[in-house]
Amino acid sequence: MSNVSVDAKESAQTDNQPKDNTRRRFLTVATSVVGGVGVVGAAVPFVASWNPSARAKAAGADVEVDISAIEPGQLIRVMWRSKPVWIVRRTPDTLGELAKHEDRLKDPNSEAEQQPAFAQNQYRSLKEEYLILVGICTHLGCSPQYLKDGAFEEVVEGVPDGFFCPCHGSKFDMAGRVFQNVPAPLNLVVPPYQFVDDNTVIIGSEAEVA
Amino acid sequence: MSGFLAWIEERIPMMRVANMHAIQYPAPRNMNFWYVFGFLATIVLVNQIVTGIWLTMSFEPSSARAFASVEYIMREVDYGWIIRYMHSTGASAFFIVVYMHMFRGMIYGSYQKPRELLWVFGMFIYLALMAEAFMGYVLPWGQMSYWGAQVIVSLFGAIPVIGPDLVIWIQGDYVISGATLNRFFALHVIALPLVIVILVFLHIIALHEVGSNNPDGVAIKHKKGSLPESEKTPYKIHEYYTSKYDIADDVVPFFPHIVLKDLVAFCIFLFGFTYILFFAPEMGGKFLEHPNFEIANQLKTPAHIFPVWYFTPFYAILKAVPDKLMGVLAMFGAIVALFALPWVDRGRVKSWRYRSGLHKANLILFAIVFIFLGYLGGTPQENWKIIASQVATVLYFGFFVALFLYSKNENTKPVPERIPK
Amino acid sequence: MKKLMCFLAFFLPGMAMAAGGNVHLDEAPIDLTDKASLQRGAKLFMNYCLGCHSMQYQRYQRTFKDLGISDELGEQYLQFTGEKVSDYITRAMPAESAAGWFGAAPPDLTLVARVRGEDWIYTYLRSFYKDESRPFGVNNKVFPEVGMPHVLEPLQGIPRETTEEVMVDGEMVERYVGIKSDGTGSMSPGEYDEAVADIVNFLEYTGEPSKLDSHRIGKWVLVFIVVLFVFVYLLKKDYWREVH
Repeated sequence: MSNVSVDAKESAQTDNQPKDNTRRRFLTVATSVVGGVGVVGAAVPFVASWNPSARAKAAGADVEVDISAIEPGQLIRVMWRSKPVWIVRRTPDTLGELAKHEDRLKDPNSEAEQQPAFAQNQYRSLKEEYLILVGICTHLGCSPQYLKDGAFEEVVEGVPDGFFCPCHGSKFDMAGRVFQNVPAPLNLVVPPYQFVDDNTVIIGSEAEVA
Repeated sequence: MSGFLAWIEERIPMMRVANMHAIQYPAPRNMNFWYVFGFLATIVLVNQIVTGIWLTMSFEPSSARAFASVEYIMREVDYGWIIRYMHSTGASAFFIVVYMHMFRGMIYGSYQKPRELLWVFGMFIYLALMAEAFMGYVLPWGQMSYWGAQVIVSLFGAIPVIGPDLVIWIQGDYVISGATLNRFFALHVIALPLVIVILVFLHIIALHEVGSNNPDGVAIKHKKGSLPESEKTPYKIHEYYTSKYDIADDVVPFFPHIVLKDLVAFCIFLFGFTYILFFAPEMGGKFLEHPNFEIANQLKTPAHIFPVWYFTPFYAILKAVPDKLMGVLAMFGAIVALFALPWVDRGRVKSWRYRSGLHKANLILFAIVFIFLGYLGGTPQENWKIIASQVATVLYFGFFVALFLYSKNENTKPVPERIPK
Repeated sequence: MKKLMCFLAFFLPGMAMAAGGNVHLDEAPIDLTDKASLQRGAKLFMNYCLGCHSMQYQRYQRTFKDLGISDELGEQYLQFTGEKVSDYITRAMPAESAAGWFGAAPPDLTLVARVRGEDWIYTYLRSFYKDESRPFGVNNKVFPEVGMPHVLEPLQGIPRETTEEVMVDGEMVERYVGIKSDGTGSMSPGEYDEAVADIVNFLEYTGEPSKLDSHRIGKWVLVFIVVLFVFVYLLKKDYWREVH
């Protein structure tokens, strides 16, 4: 009272794998391929859900800042992508100082890509007057202090203003360029930004080149 | 490659386990559509665990943020709505397949000797699943979450002496509050899933020890040496089974035969599941209830409170009994009765195919009564429903009483030795 | 199989169940793919509803994008409270004072279409009628003793209950037949119904912004499953042919 044909017995006795049969092999491959596509498709939502959410993107959106009230020498801080961004209005004196200590900098010509192309100059800015930097030390992520009106001379001789990181003593000049012999390897980051008019800057995007 | 696999196999028996429990596991060849729900339940369990892990990444378990964070998942996380609907639809799907799985066990006598423990493990899974579903339902912190939790937790207040203190202890506050939400979250995402996975493991181990039942309730394992060579299965079955028994040619290997059969069922199931997920995720307010789109408000009870559909049969039993303590006891009794099924049924014949017409009628009536109780428990209270639910409650327990009485000397048909062609 | 049928029989009546109680609800003539209607609805919502009700789970930007409005136009015509385009749609009125004025804080409306159903809102907004006994001078057929003023009155005009005399068992009785505007509003009754439908359409959208995506993706997933089914079924047949 065998329930299984002799043919099946022969093929199945060795193992339960497909017998050598073109139709069966085709169906096995086709089913596996379609099933594989299904698994990949099902994975899409799970992978995509790890992208920044709309909330994170909103928090990371461009920030518009009114700079009309910044006095010469003053630094204001704004948040962009949850990071502190400094806007400093540099005086002509400060700008004049920049050239004097370049021999003591690691990367005076901003060759490392720490800034948009428009800021790869001595001032590391779009407009000489306004220095805009991400206020996070390139060493281990602390936010350096702004030392001005000669206070910076205590850490770097002969340089009146600059940024000093309290965590591990890294020093940056008034263009965010890092001094030699400090732990920070790179100049401070210049974020992408653009001026809408003389009093308004948008941080987060560059003006499109026409 | 084979050298590497052998190296692993000598240290951890992966292929042996796979062969023993999946590839070369002997399954009766007459397993019909009722037998796919165990596989589907496993699939849904995996779905719930995976989507649950992903939801946890964005859900904030606090009374202040829970509701908003669910809407955050629905609106702001890329494809978050798919993941959330997979989880919410999965919850209901879980109970649909589990109820079908349980009813399969009842009609084919899968709880009878030697499968008593298998059934008991399954019932423990069902219990854990109910706790899991209830606590998960509280997490979105909508109106039904809150007031549903209020009603269910209050049930424990019916316990004499310690009841009121027990309720406060469960809540961690004088009302359902953020403290309750947080502990339910911990239990829902860690404790109970762990318990369920372990119980499922035990359920499968127990199943493979005693072997799968089938619609004819015929044994496929025979005493060693009792079958002639021609009647033994031609398929390669793991020696764990063949060394102890003669396996009749009534079986097919689990892989690929049963797996393919299950996959066919899976596609059909997935079609329905996907349809609900994408086109009717609320399922007319049954899977996601309308008041639950409103944030929990401790000062305003929704006009009609009832639990989600899968609890409503038991809720109807609770409401049918006019006394609070007796109502709670009746409700728990309804579940305990299911636990006791292997001992309530004193019959020797498993499948309803070979049992009396009385038994068939009793089973069908039980299914109808269960669904009717579900309807009564899930719709607004009306006068006629009080009597109806009392009658249905009596009929529910009547199933077990009748089964106990008639199964001892039941008029059964002869069961064949082998699975009929 | 029987039980499956019973399960379906158990669910399907529930799907037709309305959330409204005893009052007859008119079916809201809405269409989520009608962008113009959604835009009109958004504008009405921002003008007439947002003063008191928030939509705190939904962002302006997302709304503009889904409705096919550019951020600039949206900011200009649909944002009145000076928030950023990336902000949530929150109301200007503080919740505490709102609770003081209306007896209860006006509920958030992001999900109201999922709580009440679109037909309920459609009927509700067209069921205010003059009732001097109420604090705001109006009552509502769908939501009796409602604590909300009829904010759309400038559009609808003053709505009054109308009755007609009918013969019942040989006696003439007054029977309520509906609500009629006195015609002082800026819209005709037909225009008012359309405006309300636009608002409801917008609320239906905000209740579940993913709905259209869901239907679009869902169709392809179902097609895929049918293809998978065909292959799996044929393969299963192939293996089982030798068994029976």
